[in-house]
Amino acid sequence: MKIAVCVSHVPDTATKINIAATGNEIDQTGVTYIINPYDEFAVEEALRTKEKEGGDTQVVVISVGNDANKETIRKALAMGVDSGILLKTENKMDSFGIAKALSEEIKSQGCELVFMGKQSVDFDNQIIPQMTSALLDYSCVSVVVEFKLEGQNITCEREIEGGKEVVSTKLPCIISAQKGLNEPRYASLKGIMAAKKKTIEEKPAVETENQTEIIGLKKPPAKAHGRILGTDSSAVPELVRLLREEAKVI
Amino acid sequence: MANTILAILEQREGKLKKSSFETASVAAKIAKNLNLTVVVVAIGNDISNLEEVSNYGVSNVTHFKNNVLSNYSSSAYTKIITEYAKEISADYLITANTSFGKDLAPRVGIKLNAGCLVDCVKLDVQNNEVIATRPIYAGKALMETKLNSNIKLFTIRPNVFKPEENKVEYNLTTKNVDNPDTSTIVSEFKKAEGKLDVAEADIIVSGGRGLKSAEEFKLIEELADALGAAVGASRAVVDAGWRPHREQVGQTGKTVSPSLYVACGISGAIQHLAGMSSSKYIVAINKDKDAPIFGVADYGINGDVFEILPKLTEAIKLLD
Ligand SMILES: Cc1cc2nc3c(=O)[nH]c(=O)nc-3n(C[C@H](O)[C@H](O)[C@H](O)COP(=O)(O)OP(=O)(O)OC[C@H]3O[C@@H](n4cnc5c(N)ncnc54)[C@H](O)[C@@H]3O)c2cc1C
Ligand SMILES: Nc1ncnc2c1ncn2[C@@H]1O[C@H](COP(=O)(O)O)[C@@H](O)[C@H]1O
Repeated sequence: MKIAVCVSHVPDTATKINIAATGNEIDQTGVTYIINPYDEFAVEEALRTKEKEGGDTQVVVISVGNDANKETIRKALAMGVDSGILLKTENKMDSFGIAKALSEEIKSQGCELVFMGKQSVDFDNQIIPQMTSALLDYSCVSVVVEFKLEGQNITCEREIEGGKEVVSTKLPCIISAQKGLNEPRYASLKGIMAAKKKTIEEKPAVETENQTEIIGLKKPPAKAHGRILGTDSSAVPELVRLLREEAKVI
Repeated sequence: MANTILAILEQREGKLKKSSFETASVAAKIAKNLNLTVVVVAIGNDISNLEEVSNYGVSNVTHFKNNVLSNYSSSAYTKIITEYAKEISADYLITANTSFGKDLAPRVGIKLNAGCLVDCVKLDVQNNEVIATRPIYAGKALMETKLNSNIKLFTIRPNVFKPEENKVEYNLTTKNVDNPDTSTIVSEFKKAEGKLDVAEADIIVSGGRGLKSAEEFKLIEELADALGAAVGASRAVVDAGWRPHREQVGQTGKTVSPSLYVACGISGAIQHLAGMSSSKYIVAINKDKDAPIFGVADYGINGDVFEILPKLTEAIKLLD
């Protein structure tokens, strides 16, 4: 079996976001990029599945983007993924475009099981796994915290409001990983060295016309600085009064 | 015939969720601005409060019914919605950005060749177009955006759009679904033992490392109980194993926008703020006057949680 894992390359979550002068993208000054945090859970689950299935199971990591994404692909390779593919584009593809490019590659690689993160922490869409599955006519379970594969049968738990849904489905399937699915391994020194020797295959991403158009970005309105009501519990009555009479929330 | 907007409702355990009324109300509003007909669809077995949706300006409700569909099935639901949207030639689709909406909408979007804008916090009609605003980078920026596809699909963030009451006639059509495609189906719902989920709560009381231990979290639970609120947590305390991950608020936890968020012993790291800074009112209780949480708080007490929380809980309990 061949397993694919899809990874995105995103600004570090600690990065301060500023809007570029063009007004429709972020200012790249001082922004450092990392592997999307949820994609680490996806990589880990792909590796665990490979270890369990054994035989000639292979894991391939795929990323859509430009040369910078190679750093994130290498991170997955260092964790133990067998090979990497960069679907190269200099365009700003929307989610539909990325899903389309990924689906074409997944099809040509013949991967019947695909792991993704639940969400890319840049645009926070949470849609590419479901879109890709619809394009491929694969099943898909999103926001997964438990995954079991037995033959062709898959049983998952997905996190929803107020609890977990137990979902059953079959291969071919796309799983989107939520925190809690596993504890991602650290890349060992040996893994990092080995990753340096693995080649990353580059090919042009299939390009599709964007369905979405960005009009502009702005900073959220700044909140007027709040009031400090005191330094101990003597401020409690005033707090309760304000919540009741001014904010009207209790 | 006027163009059509299809509003997709969500039921759980046979009851429409609150977010469904938000969806209906927003659909009615867009319909008015763009001169569209609204059609509402719900899937499930019996839905006890379906008629209530007509309190929010929508009349025409189609209920796809089958007892196996009381639980969510991405395969069956996608097919039913897609076929129905084609049948009525829907130009717009709208649903809530809940776990259900997030999972379903992008699949329907692909099948209809409709563009998707998800997690919208504002939908404005300008020059006959819908302009959506959605938070990106965990709310560190807002993006104004629109769709250039023929069919357009939007999901709206729960708790942001207040449903507007407008009682209209109720026309229900029930359609029995034969042999739904249940190749992917929810076989069981495991309810979390906690009472309210942070993603759905109107008030959240959250605790951070300042609480010192898992046991001391009872101070948070007691205040939450008194307020009828959900318990939230920072990542530091989730990582420490004091609280389950489902309570984590922030960039890699849940994004919440309650009316009131009470942050206790939480410093306000950028990843935490990312998940809660769009709350309507924020209260911070922290010993450190320079803690970044005070930068987003409306009201703060710069003191010790162990001294303040019991007094605050007591004061809340005394309210009628
Ligand atoms: C990739 C990534 C993703 C992340 N995602 C998230 C996320 O989703 N959510 C999240 O919360 N964090 C997230 N973090 C972690 C974040 O950076 C912070 O480490 C975390 O939020 C800190 O939690 P805290 O405020 O509880 O702890 P601390 O930062 O240690 O703050 C404790 C606070 O308690 C106060 N305090 C101590 N004692 C008392 C007392 N007796 N009375 C009153 N106040 C007291 C202190 O003054 C301090 O301000 C993420 C980090 C990374 C790198
Ligand atoms: N450019 C990309 N290349 C490869 N995979 C991606 C890319 N963008 C998103 N993904 C995958 O889709 C998941 C969800 O992303 P999103 O729908 O954008 O929130 C991510 O966690 C990745 O696994």
